Formats: sequence, C-alpha cells, structure tokens
Amino acid sequence: MTMQIADSVSLSAPDAKVRAHAAAARNSLRTEPRAVRIVIIALAMTFLSVFVVLPLVVVFAQAFSKGILAYLAALTDPEALSAIKLTLVVAAISVGLNLVFGLVAAWAIAKFEFRGKTFLITLIDLPFSVSPVISGLVFVLLFGAQGYFGSWLRDHDIQILFAVPGIALATTFVTFPFVARALIPLMQEQGTQEEEAAISLGASGLQTFFRVTLPNIKWGVLYGVLLCNARAMGEFGAVSVVSGHIRGETNTMPLLVEILYNEYQFVAAFAIASLLAMLALITLIAKTVLEHHLDEGHDASDH
Amino acid sequence: MPGFGLTMGLTLSWLSIIILIPLAGLLLKSLELSPEQFWNILSSRRTLNALRVSFGLAFAAACVNLVMGSIIVWALVRYRFPGRRLFDAIVDVPFALPTAVAGVALTALFAEKGWLGAPLAAAGIKVAFTPLGIFVAMIFIGIPFVVRTVQPVLQDLDPEIEEAAGSLGASRWQTIIRVILPSLGPALLTGLALAFARAVGEYGSVIFIAGNLPNVSEIAPLLIVIRLSEFRYADATAIAVVMLVVSFVIIFAVNRLQRWARSRIPAR
Amino acid sequence: MTIEVRNLVKKFDSFKALDGVDLKVDNGELLALLGPSGSGKTTLLRIIAGLDWPDSGDVAFNGEDALAQGARERHVGFVFQHYALFRHMTVFENVAFGLRVQPRAIRKDESTIRARVTELLDLVQLDWLADRYPSQLSGGQRQRIALARALAIEPRILLLDEPFGALDAKVRKELRRWLRSLHHEINVTSIFVTHDQEEALEVANRVVVMDKGRIEQIGSPDDVYETPATAFVHGFIGESIELPVKIEGGVIRLGDRPLRLAADGLAPGASRLFVRRHDMLVGPPGSGAFEGAVQHVRNFGPVQRAEVALSGGETIEIDAPRDRELRAGDTIGLEPRRYRIFAGA
Repeated sequence: MTMQIADSVSLSAPDAKVRAHAAAARNSLRTEPRAVRIVIIALAMTFLSVFVVLPLVVVFAQAFSKGILAYLAALTDPEALSAIKLTLVVAAISVGLNLVFGLVAAWAIAKFEFRGKTFLITLIDLPFSVSPVISGLVFVLLFGAQGYFGSWLRDHDIQILFAVPGIALATTFVTFPFVARALIPLMQEQGTQEEEAAISLGASGLQTFFRVTLPNIKWGVLYGVLLCNARAMGEFGAVSVVSGHIRGETNTMPLLVEILYNEYQFVAAFAIASLLAMLALITLIAKTVLEHHLDEGHDASDH
Repeated sequence: MPGFGLTMGLTLSWLSIIILIPLAGLLLKSLELSPEQFWNILSSRRTLNALRVSFGLAFAAACVNLVMGSIIVWALVRYRFPGRRLFDAIVDVPFALPTAVAGVALTALFAEKGWLGAPLAAAGIKVAFTPLGIFVAMIFIGIPFVVRTVQPVLQDLDPEIEEAAGSLGASRWQTIIRVILPSLGPALLTGLALAFARAVGEYGSVIFIAGNLPNVSEIAPLLIVIRLSEFRYADATAIAVVMLVVSFVIIFAVNRLQRWARSRIPAR
Repeated sequence: MTIEVRNLVKKFDSFKALDGVDLKVDNGELLALLGPSGSGKTTLLRIIAGLDWPDSGDVAFNGEDALAQGARERHVGFVFQHYALFRHMTVFENVAFGLRVQPRAIRKDESTIRARVTELLDLVQLDWLADRYPSQLSGGQRQRIALARALAIEPRILLLDEPFGALDAKVRKELRRWLRSLHHEINVTSIFVTHDQEEALEVANRVVVMDKGRIEQIGSPDDVYETPATAFVHGFIGESIELPVKIEGGVIRLGDRPLRLAADGLAPGASRLFVRRHDMLVGPPGSGAFEGAVQHVRNFGPVQRAEVALSGGETIEIDAPRDRELRAGDTIGLEPRRYRIFAGA
C-alpha cells in the first residue's frame, strides 16, 4: 500500500531487486541488524574470555613461569605425589560407590511407577544444592570428637575424620547425584519393553540387566562416571572441612594447592592446579564426545 | 519386571546412610539449641555480616549472570560465527574446573600485579581481597547455570511464533520484548535461582580472592569453617541451617517453576 | 485484493521447491493449494506472506510489488499449521497482539482494541474463552483463535497453512464448513494449503494442484476432478485405475490385446490410461472394452468393490453399484464410462 515500485525496475533486473529485498526483509524478521549482531557476539565472547578463558590460561602461565624443570620438580615432590595418590584413591572409592548406587537407583526409579518418585529424585539431587562446606560439616557433627558417634569411635579406636574414610565419605556425599542423574532420564526414555522381551524369553533379572539394559545405557554410564570423577578429584570445600590438613597424609590435590598457595609457593601450587585444570579440560572434551554418542542413540531410538 | 524390592531397598538404604542421616544429624544438632541461642548466634554482627556478604553478593552476581548469560545464549543459539562451538564448550569450564584451582587462578588474574588486576589498579579499582573479588568469583561460578538452563529453551523455541509476531506487524524489538522474553521467563528465573544458590554456598573459588576480612569480605561458608576450627559447633550449625533452609526453598521454588512452565506448553 | 505470482523460483540447496510458478488470484477468492508433501505449496504460501524469499520471480498485490515489503508491512494474515499462539498470553491478548504492536501514531485506544477483540472472538464463536491460556484449549479452538488473531490486523489477504492438518477427522469436517461460511462473511482473498483433496474440493472456489514445485492444473473443484489436465492430477485426485497402454496404428493395446476404445487423435507410443473406479461399468462377458475375472468382492454401503484380473494381465479394483451382485469367479465385461489417456510411460 505504502510503497510504489516502478514496473520498469522489476522488469529490468528482477533477480538483483529480489535479492536486495530478501536480504533486508529477512534480516528484520527472525534476526537483528548486523551491527547489533556484532555487538552481542563481541559482548558474549569478551565476557567468556575474561571470566573463563583467562583464569584457565593463568593457571598454566603461572605453573610454567619458572620453567619446565621447576614445574616437574613441583610435581615430583613427595608431598605432591602423596596428594595425587590420595586423590586417586578417594576418587576410585566414591566413583565406585556412586556407580553401583546410581545403577541401582536408576533401575528402581526408571523402570517402575510408584508414588513419591519426584520426591525421591529431589532427595537424590539434594547434595547439588548443599554448600560444600555444609557437606563436610555434617560429617564432623556425626564423627567429630563432640559428634554423635565421636566417643564410640574413639573407644573402638576407629578413625573416620581427618583420615581417608572421612574424605571418601564427604566426597561420596558431594558426588552422590551424578551417575543416577545421568541414567534416570535415559532409562526412562528407553522404557521397559526390551527388558520385558528378554524376561519373556527366559532371561533372569541379572542376565537381562547385563545383556540388555547395560549395553543400552553404556554411554550414559560413562557420562555419569566422567562427571562424578571430575567432581570427586576436584572437591575442595567438603574435603577441606573433614581432612584435618595433615601433610603427606590427608591432603588431596586441591587441598595441597591451597596450602602451597598460602605458603607463597606459587609455582608448586599452580603446577598441581595445572594437573587439575587438565583433568577439567579432558573431562570437557570427553563430555562433548559422549554427548554426541548420547544424541545419536537418542535419534536411533526415535525411528 | 523383576528387582523392584531389591533395588528400591538398596536405593533407600544408601540414600539414608550417605545423605539423609548426615543431614538429619545437622538438623538434630540445631534443635539442641534454644531459640534464644539460635537467635544470638545469628544476630551477632559477624554472622549477620557474613550472611549479608554471601547472600547480597550472590544475588548481585546472579543478576549479572542473568544478563550476560542471556546475551551469551543468544549469540550461541542465534548466530553463526567462527569459534562458536569452542565458546559453547568453554561455558562449561566453571562446572568442570575444581573450585580451588578457579580460586587461585582468579586471584592471580585480579591481584594487583595480575594481568587484569594491574590495569584495574591503575584505574583505581581494587578487585582481589575486596568484596568486589567475591563478586567476580561468584560471577565465574554461576555463568554456566544461566546459559545451560536457558540455551535449550531458546533452541526449542518455535520459529513460527516469531514469524507470527512479525506477520502481525510487530517490530523485531517488540517481538523480543513481548514474545521471546516472556517465553524464556521460567528458564531465566530458574537459571537465576540456580546461579544464586550455587554462589551462596560457594567456598573454594571465593576464599582465595576474598581477603576474608571479618564483617567486610568474609562469606558465610568460611565463617562455618572458622567456627568449626574453634570447636564452636553450635555456631557453625546455626549458620549452616539458615543456608540449608534457603537452598531448600530455592529448589522447591525451581521445581514448582519448572512444573508450571511445562504445563504451559500446549500439546500439539 | 488480487495476487499475482510470476515465474517464481526457490531452491533450498539443490532441491527446487518452486520451479517457475505463475498464478493469479482474484479478489475475494478462496483458493486451495493442493499437493503432496514437498510439492512446494507451503513455500509458495510463505513467499506470498513475506516469511520466505524467492530466488527469482515476482509477487504483486493489486499490481504493486509485494517483494519490496517485509512481512510486517504486507498486512497479510497468516495462520500457521501449529497455530503459533503465544502461550504466555491469554486468548484475548493473543488476538489483541496485532493491535497493540501498531506504531503509536495509528494505534487504537484501549477501549477500541477491547471492542475489536470481543467482536473477533464473537466471530469465531469463542468469546467465552477470552481469559483462558492456549494450553487450556482444544485443537479446534486453538485453530479458530489463530484465525481471529490473524484477522485482527484487518489483513488484505488471509493465508492458512494446512489449517486442519493437526485436527482429528470429526473436528476437521466441522471446521471446513465453518471456514467456508466465514470466508463468505468476511470476503477477504484467501489461500489455504492442504494435502487433503477432499478438503480442497469441498472448501475452495478454485484449486491449484501442485507437484514437484510446478503447478499441474488450476481450475474449479469440478474441473480438476472431472477433467484432470495431467496424469499426476488424475492419479492424485479421486480414486483412479491406471493402466499402461500402447498406441499403435490407431489401436490402443493393453499388453498385446487391442482394446475396443477409440484412439482418435492420440499420439502413438507408450501411454497411460486412467479411469475412475466408479466409471467402470459392469456387463456380460464379451461386452465392453475389457474382460476380466472377479477375484474378490467386498461391500461398502451402496457399492461393492471388486478386484478384477483383466485378460491383459493387470489386476484392478472397481466400484460397482450393488444392483447386480458380483461373485468371485464371475467373468465380466467392463466398459469405461469415461476415461483419459496421457502420453508417456
């Protein structure tokens, strides 16, 4: 109504005209002007670079600031080695426990209908929303000298707090939801038909689980274990509260980072930190690969 | 289907041992306190200030995350540019990077001689060892919560509703304000709540950069640790209970919000 | 408002969605774009609306170049296949949206907007749903609200993409009748897209049959049904018997059997013969153009559907009235009351 385009224009060069209009009008309907796009992209990338990329770069820059030899010396220090060992042990324990629990809980929740299911899932999620410090505190209140089981433990000469069991418990608490949360939606989506088919063909419950269910959820299991492990190795707050910081004995890698940093041994602190940062990067890469596999499985089950 | 009794039994026992009994212990401990004791602990100047620092800065950081997170989501979902997939992956770094590592790294970066601290100091802005440092660490830790909550919702947003708004005569700006933002509303609020909850409880990435000056730059989780090391378990418990109750209220609110958001999606 | 589309071409990567489309729509028409999925009908509709853009060609409204305008300037009402209602707004606010986003200079005051929305809700007979949210409506109600929302801007043209596609059969029939009477009432030039021939034939004044990005035939519902212009149209609309025939020396052959049908004016070579199922008249053996043996009979209300093995080797299905019961094993003669032959294999 408002615009009058001379006919001669449209006859002489229709394609060029159409293209020009198309560019202008398409831009306005589902996207923004070029200048706005550039500003938004620049803002987003600057923010991520400053707040996320730079801290990561700083870790490695500081770790290698005195050269590779100082870096290697820091990593082969006996204290560092014992912290690495303790971290691996604690991660193995808590990932193992949470893997078994996650499989069992996901089976119960995904394959059956019962009242209070949402509430149960909320309970499993609880550790995600509890401050790490509180996650440590609850175990101090249970097992500490003034705790509920404190005197009984002392009488029987059992050491939980300020020792490996306490660190493993606190880590298990903090990493509790990871495997279960990775598996529940996946198993819910897959339903129960394949398992029912296997059982109707005479398979036992365990055979069904190992031959039918597990192969279907293997990428989900790996995904959960990966995230669980990353958190277990990197947990700081909860472990800090229960560990007692006994050098060479109850220091995990994150705790050693703190101690070395507070002692101004920056190269050593950042050398340990660089190992943890690499763990994080490897975890992220593996996670991207696994998500790809999980998406593919998702697509396949759609058809 | 076999195994319900066995798996459910194991699930409940294990959940009780690892999660429920320890948390019940905390609540039991807090019940040992008389309301008066409880009140005295919480109303002490240092506790109040620690709670104020934690909650106040966490909320401010969550608001920054809401705005910046939305911008990042928009760029990642709507535009194609070199490095988009890399930046998409980088958003998860604060999830994956151990908090202690983030803490020392942010401190090194924003300290007076750090890469960013030096120019900021020249401009008269001191970040490390001030409340501003806490704020920075909380922004770092919260950003993925907003991005990962809002991103899938924007991705799944029906392109037809934008076309519908356009064909009804709405300008791009009107479409964004009146149609897209309200559609993202529940996800934005959820992201804000999750980022806030995480920042309130955050310890590792904050304490290095915080300065930890009582009443000024001391966060509530650190005060719990300090009270524990002084064997003042009652004080630690009281502060912990307040923080726990707030987290539970937030989870509850988020769950309700999510359910409400789902109920608005018309079945096709 | 008239619409004129000239030589429209649109490619998605290597796929030609539109391959040279010409179309004229008269003022006040209710036109159906009918075709299988992938025929380009929705692409054509979206280009007319300004939601998509052609690689080349012209679109004119009342002789004015429409491609010079974006979707929001064209004043085209578009009803989306899945309605695209704004789920955070009530029904009332959905319908009011187009009025509320008008530039301040021409925006109506609140009471005028309220009156207009109420009037539209009355028109679609859903005034009692004004305060509901889209998630609380049935599919048919959403469809009508989407239509009311599109009408709110007083569109110059109304475009509907598969307007009944997402509804169940019963609601669909009701809405068809309703849409036709609504169009009669508002008399806005309207185009709707459908893959359902019954829908197109029942609702539209004119039907455009499309296939593979091209228009196969434009005509009244009777035209496209009774005198299909191409083999595709004959096969796509109505239930057809299709037989491969050969035309040689003025004789039509099925296999090597000559058929007793006139071959006047037909080009020699491989061709296809189309007959409607109910246009095959049954007679005694030896009568008619074809002969065959009844294999199987089923009754459908007033007709019996018989599977017949023709002597030429092909098996066909016919619909015959039940005045003469057919039985499996009968040998019958068949005479096509009407038929069409299209050149090409």
